[in-house]
Amino acid sequence: MKVRVKFTKSGPVKFIGHLDVMRYFQKANRRAQIPVKYSEGFNPHQIMSFAAPLGLGDTSECEYMDMEVLSSGSSKEMIDRMNAVMVEGIRVISWKELPDKSQNAMAAMAAADYVLSFREGYAPEPWDAFVSGMQAFLSQPEIRIVKKSKKSEKEVDIRPLLYSWSFSDGQFFCQVAAGSLANLKPELLIEAYCQEKGLELSPFAVQVHRKELYADEGTDGVRKLVPLENVGKDIL
Amino acid sequence: MRKLALSDEILLSVEKPARYIGGEVNSVVKDIEKDHIDIRFAMCFPDVYEIGMSHLGIQILYDMFNRMEGVWCERVYSPWPDLDKIMREKHIPLFGLESQEPVKDLDFLGITLQYEMCYTNVLQVLDLSGIPLLSKDRTWDDPIVLGGGPCTYNPEPLAPFFDIFYMGEGETRYEELIKLYREARKNGLSRLEFLRKAALIPGLYVPSLYDVTYNEDGTFQEMIPLYPEAPKTVVKEVVMDLDHVPYPDKPVVPFIQVTQDRVTLEIMRGCIRGCRFCQAGMIYRPVRERSLEFLKEKATAMLRSTGHEEITLSSLSSSDYTHLGELVNFLIDEFKSQGVNISLPSLRIDAFSLDVMSKVQDIRKSSVTFAPEAGTQRMRNVINKGLTTEDILNGSREAFSGGWNKVKLYFMLGLPTETEEDMVGIAELANEVAAVYYDTVPKEQRQGRCQITASSSFFIPKPFTGLQWARMYPKEEYARRAHIVKDAMNAQLNHKSLHYQYHETDVSVLEGVFARGDRRIADVILAAYRRGSLFDAWSEFYDDEKWQQSFKECGLDPDFYTMRERPIEEAFPWDFIDTGVTKAFLIREWQRAHEPVITPNCRQKCQGCGARRFGGGVCFEGQS
Ligand code: SF4
Repeated sequence: MKVRVKFTKSGPVKFIGHLDVMRYFQKANRRAQIPVKYSEGFNPHQIMSFAAPLGLGDTSECEYMDMEVLSSGSSKEMIDRMNAVMVEGIRVISWKELPDKSQNAMAAMAAADYVLSFREGYAPEPWDAFVSGMQAFLSQPEIRIVKKSKKSEKEVDIRPLLYSWSFSDGQFFCQVAAGSLANLKPELLIEAYCQEKGLELSPFAVQVHRKELYADEGTDGVRKLVPLENVGKDIL
Repeated sequence: MRKLALSDEILLSVEKPARYIGGEVNSVVKDIEKDHIDIRFAMCFPDVYEIGMSHLGIQILYDMFNRMEGVWCERVYSPWPDLDKIMREKHIPLFGLESQEPVKDLDFLGITLQYEMCYTNVLQVLDLSGIPLLSKDRTWDDPIVLGGGPCTYNPEPLAPFFDIFYMGEGETRYEELIKLYREARKNGLSRLEFLRKAALIPGLYVPSLYDVTYNEDGTFQEMIPLYPEAPKTVVKEVVMDLDHVPYPDKPVVPFIQVTQDRVTLEIMRGCIRGCRFCQAGMIYRPVRERSLEFLKEKATAMLRSTGHEEITLSSLSSSDYTHLGELVNFLIDEFKSQGVNISLPSLRIDAFSLDVMSKVQDIRKSSVTFAPEAGTQRMRNVINKGLTTEDILNGSREAFSGGWNKVKLYFMLGLPTETEEDMVGIAELANEVAAVYYDTVPKEQRQGRCQITASSSFFIPKPFTGLQWARMYPKEEYARRAHIVKDAMNAQLNHKSLHYQYHETDVSVLEGVFARGDRRIADVILAAYRRGSLFDAWSEFYDDEKWQQSFKECGLDPDFYTMRERPIEEAFPWDFIDTGVTKAFLIREWQRAHEPVITPNCRQKCQGCGARRFGGGVCFEGQS
């Protein structure tokens, strides 16, 4: 049986890297005695995969992990069992059974919601000018940035990857493309703006917080975003 | 949520920030008010987090302290050089991982001394904490700085930096010390008054209560108590019943991968064997075992509470544990099916261990290990290593028939009376092992060549061993000996199957100075630290030049400590410590080394080493 587990990551554990979060869950599954399916071979490992790595220092309320389990209690029971062995900052918030033929979270992921805020002492001033500047910048039909890879530099338009945005309470909300086909790191939007305006931006200025990851169930190029957890069903 | 001592900016600019955030599974956070905490203890391993977190002793003491009423114990490790630099620049005090509060504000700072090359890191921890480096400069505004662990068996090179050394096993005397501390603070005693009283607790050594004198030739003369009550000798502490002392059910589980990322089950303490170079084999006498029932219970509890996917046994010589077969079978039956790996270090290679190993490891990928320590039988008699060439060849033959084709051999160079024959013997032994492979395994069954890896380290004489009088050699001489082995390897018939590696030479000599140094060496450590020496156990940071300059600056000659064979009459700075094993026994061992004859082990025939007076363990086996 395939299940999709959604969890949060906030507080000090934001400094735990992606690979270590995987190791953390392998051990947590053992502590909670979750009957995870193991691979064959001399060194069997738990069959699990994660939707999208979170950057070091970023926080999230929508991390997803798919696992194969041999059996499962009700969603509520499993959530409680997991939460009994979690550390501060990591909470399991949903446990859903996936349809047999569903794609794994990483492949299904198409978009993400982020909230970006500025760490103490790093907020641009004056704030209103920053907001109106950003509004105008993001409203352009095209936002071209230079993407550097090991070998080449190329100019790309990131505007199509930005689906929506808004500002409130000193925070910047955005919905962007995410996944293997197209992906936009949200902090790039602020970086691109600051660069164009010649504003200084510390690499530590922006706190990225992920709010939701979506699958796209739309057809004919019309987006219909569904939170990844909604692909599965609660176990009663 | 806990507030961290370091800002996001700092944590994002250093390597592996998870080293500094605490909050791991099973780490203990107490509420000062609700839990009525009046004693705050910082337990420090003065090396990087990944090394320190792998150490069993800290986990045992951490658990023990946190079971005590009113006590909160937290962990401290050495900040890596990247963070070290930032903390100095920004004047950020070193903090405990659990509370994230400054170490300086706590009551005790206990530092475990597991190897000599961590000594400058001890100073780093004190310095970053804002605690005066010298005990004499501290006040009640500073924690009581305690040292423990194997290096305290010659505490003198660190004497000025510590308020108290705890000699021996930590499970026995801390309750008393904490009680004394509470009373002293309540009654407004001075720090000195407290330390003088602490010196009366068995096992505790307060270095500031003694003066040291030297002979004209520079050798150690005497330690003179400055106060009448300061004891002339300090007897090490030892736990006789290992089933009735605290042992963690819930060890802390690190977020990041550490050196020992597994459950560690300590099956016994001490070793019956009595190898003459081995300090652990002497200072932890007599051998005491934990019961099978105790270990089964702890294994189950720890795997359950940590979720680790591996369990390992810890002891100096696991094959000597009486119930090893039952224990290992229990672990396999109970946990193998749950995907738990079972790792079995320090096993003697024989039919039993090979059978067990074939159940728990992938034979094609794993290797079998022997520690002959020396290349010839004569040399092995000198060091009292009972393993014979025949044992090694038979063990190898069985391993090769069982499907293994990798063998690791561990040796030491620079042992007393070593000749070129002994050095070449290392290569010859490795060659013989390879030859056994080609004799035993028919051509069609071979998976390529066998791989015989020989490694050598340089012998460093340690206090309280049968070889504590031995001399060391200049690093050029070590290099020469290693090259003799290397050349001999290349000259062997099976040289294509042989690999040889040897350890660094600079560090060995310095380690030798610390191991048998006296109080004057403290100045050198301080001078080297001031010059920037840090993380000396890490070859990428070790800077021999700084140490040489520091010796010069202090007017001390490192060779004085290492290059002389010491006469039997010479008094040693560590003679005031009573490990149970008598100096008379060690002298006998030194003489027997020169004959050279093997001394039977504790189970073959008690040699009257002195440890029997602790009243238990192997000395009384079969006599109940
Ligand atoms: S007294 Fe005898 S049995 Fe006990 S540790 Fe010493 S040699 Fe071994």
